Amino acid sequence: MDFLIFKAPILMVQASMDGILIGLLFALIAYGMALQWGVMNIINIAQGDLVILGGYIAYFMYKVGIHPALGVIVSPVVMFFVGWGLYKAVINKVVDRDLFISILATFGIAILFQQLMNLIFGADVVVAQSGFGTTMLFDNSVTLPNSKLFSAFICIVYAIGLVIYMRKSKLGRAIRATAQNARAAKILGVDTEKVYASTFGINAALCGVAGALISITFTLHPYVGLPYTVRSFMIVIVAGLGNLPGVAISGMGLGVFEEFADYILGTEFRIGSVFMLLVFILVYRRFKLSRKREYLK
Amino acid sequence: MSILEVNNVSKFFGGVKANQNISIKVEQGSIVGLIGPNGSGKTTLFNSIVGTHPIDKGSIVFDGKEVSQLPVPVVAKLGLLRTFQQTRIYGKLNCIDNMLISHKASDEGMFSVFSKIPSELTEKAENLLNFVGLYQKRKLRAGDLSFGQQKLLELAMALMNEPKMLLLDEPTAGINPTLINGIIDRLIKVNKDFGITLFVIEHNMRVIMALAQKIFCVAHGKLLAEGTPEQIKNDKRVVDAYLGAQ
Amino acid sequence: MKKNDLILYAVLLIFGLAAPFVFAAYKVQLSILYVLIVLALTWNIQGGEMGYNTFGNILFYGLGMYLCSSVQVGMFFPLAEWTESGGEKTFVHTPIQFFQGMAVGLLVAAIVPTIIAGLIGYSILGLRGHYFAICTLGLGIAAGEISGGIELIGAGQGFTTPPFPKLGDVELRGEYYYFLCFAVLVATFAFIKWSYTTRFRLVLNAIRDNEDKAEAMGIQTMKYKIVGWMVSAFFCGLIGGIMGGLVGYIDSTDVAFDGREMGVFMVLMAILGGKGTLWGPIIGATLFHVLKEGLWTYLLGWQYVALGILIVVIVIYFPEGLMGWLREKYPERFGEVVDEKDRKAQVELK
Repeated sequence: MDFLIFKAPILMVQASMDGILIGLLFALIAYGMALQWGVMNIINIAQGDLVILGGYIAYFMYKVGIHPALGVIVSPVVMFFVGWGLYKAVINKVVDRDLFISILATFGIAILFQQLMNLIFGADVVVAQSGFGTTMLFDNSVTLPNSKLFSAFICIVYAIGLVIYMRKSKLGRAIRATAQNARAAKILGVDTEKVYASTFGINAALCGVAGALISITFTLHPYVGLPYTVRSFMIVIVAGLGNLPGVAISGMGLGVFEEFADYILGTEFRIGSVFMLLVFILVYRRFKLSRKREYLK
Repeated sequence: MSILEVNNVSKFFGGVKANQNISIKVEQGSIVGLIGPNGSGKTTLFNSIVGTHPIDKGSIVFDGKEVSQLPVPVVAKLGLLRTFQQTRIYGKLNCIDNMLISHKASDEGMFSVFSKIPSELTEKAENLLNFVGLYQKRKLRAGDLSFGQQKLLELAMALMNEPKMLLLDEPTAGINPTLINGIIDRLIKVNKDFGITLFVIEHNMRVIMALAQKIFCVAHGKLLAEGTPEQIKNDKRVVDAYLGAQ
Repeated sequence: MKKNDLILYAVLLIFGLAAPFVFAAYKVQLSILYVLIVLALTWNIQGGEMGYNTFGNILFYGLGMYLCSSVQVGMFFPLAEWTESGGEKTFVHTPIQFFQGMAVGLLVAAIVPTIIAGLIGYSILGLRGHYFAICTLGLGIAAGEISGGIELIGAGQGFTTPPFPKLGDVELRGEYYYFLCFAVLVATFAFIKWSYTTRFRLVLNAIRDNEDKAEAMGIQTMKYKIVGWMVSAFFCGLIGGIMGGLVGYIDSTDVAFDGREMGVFMVLMAILGGKGTLWGPIIGATLFHVLKEGLWTYLLGWQYVALGILIVVIVIYFPEGLMGWLREKYPERFGEVVDEKDRKAQVELK
């Protein structure tokens, strides 16, 4: 364990900035998670695996000579159709049912995807080289890979774009109406089938963007999807559904927490501390609500 | 002797003043009614009394004890039960099991968790089911009963628990009109023979006038009027509240 | 007990006692099947009877595994050196030490998780629905991640458990673990079956069907929730301890706290067989074990793809499992029959 971090302000700045940049990425994935939870009442355990799949698309582009940064355009398009197809094949049978059924069913999808990716892309840990270089701050003591800055920028662009789309476009408004009251929306002529499929597709697309960014800023591996799922779930329960600024802030908070945990506890405990944070947040919520004699629904 | 004293109770939900300074006394062994237009805070008051949510102001004294800080299972153990507007029963269990598990167990200590349910209770359960007319349906899953039948089951389950006081939230809503007289008779019997104090929310005026010895009327979260059924019937404020005049 | 039931139990008991000799080649397979059944039976207490879908019972299983072997080693040798040197090369248990160590180890493996369940139960079991599910998922996986970083119990290289001692010329390892697993299975089944004849089962069912109503009727739901979890923890810890010896090697995320697999499999097995029933988890575990072996043998490389599809199909089309299907088709034999005229009768109040 390394507590020297608190004596070294520069390390704290580095960790904080790394945390904020990666946190925006988490927030984007969380936004997708919140979308399908709010609209379709589904918790998608395979969320992280969709992210990784999106990453592999960008990696594939890199292997065939296309610059992986273009993945942030190609990946969401491909993933939208993957999401749409997944909805039509499986998710539509799970939408009207117990939330727990969606957890189990998406878990099945998750392990399916994990092995498929393993078979197609192999079990090696890979990175798509972006060649973006690095930015140095504070007399070269804080290093920020430009890919991370690019990633943060893209996340913000997509987040703002999505908010505008949801406000202004016909589909966006249909989605929001369905989220508020699916039966009423149906009676008023909204094609809820199409809304659900699109929502799931949009979520997959967001995962695709995130994955493409991860492929150039971090590493890809067929079996690292679950932590991304857990992170997005955590952010959603802290921020609440439909609270985009909250999602962004919680995401960045989580990112910073992780970076500090990495420095203090060591990288081998990074993932473990994420899951322990999840437990802690839920238990904290439980006790706070029980004072009001309520419980998390 | 008042078995229940609601003293100046207020409950707010954000900006909504669901209950404002409500004070009610219920005499032991009586049948008391609670009426008021929709949204006036009747069910909220019931929730406040049994502890479903904490109250923001005031006190609630049941059988001499201050209960406003106590959680629901403890209040129920003291003998104060309530039924729900939207029926709550154990859907996958049959009616007999619903009844058996409603019996008040003396569970103190860890090992009472594994105590057997006495076989005499089955007879008591069947008698009570017969009392509410559900004997023939006793083997059915509670979830398969109709809404009105579930209401009857809920009443039987409450009786199984031998409460001192029972808060009934719209006991005749959803019940076949031909059965309502039977329900009224049984509620009176429950009160006279079993000594259970009843506090009843009702929208059906005929029912509440026949049942209650005293009636409280709430509107917009405040206590509007109280009195005997005759007095309430002729109280202009009550009539106005229902007809919407301010 | 009805006569048919007695015959059934007698047959199963005879099978269990004779199997390692009659079907000697399947000793280990059967032992693992018994482990799966114990995990499914205990999961069912929370998931099937109480409606609290837990992904975290693996916590107790893994704890039991590490505790048993750690005690077994630590009683006679320095644990840190054992795990560093990779186990039995430098330290060898005498037969007496092995069995003594395992006896104490199993005791610890059963009791410590039970106590932990009692301690954290109030916090964790206060959560409901999917929050409870995901919180327990977090617990299970966190345990795996964290224990994978602890040097004392092997960290990255894992923990080689004490090997079964040579007893003359006879090879008894298989029989030993088989009968241990069978004994625990019988104990688990007997206890759970007995507990279901008490209030315990009905209260759990009441919590499942309407927890708010149960509280409103004065039932101390938290007490039952915690006791139920402690029962599961006890048997999961115990069987985990045995499994550690059986497998011979403990890896934090692949063997002990295998949240992604074992942790989820116990859910699936109970659902496959029919959750909320006594025999459902047993049938489900058996079916699942056979299916899994089949998939792993014939579809290696694609086994998880097939498993994933299977999970989706079961969860969507057969959520009531095999027992549920049997109850629908043959209600006289498996379920409860209600007279049609009772069902249709009008309620009369005279």
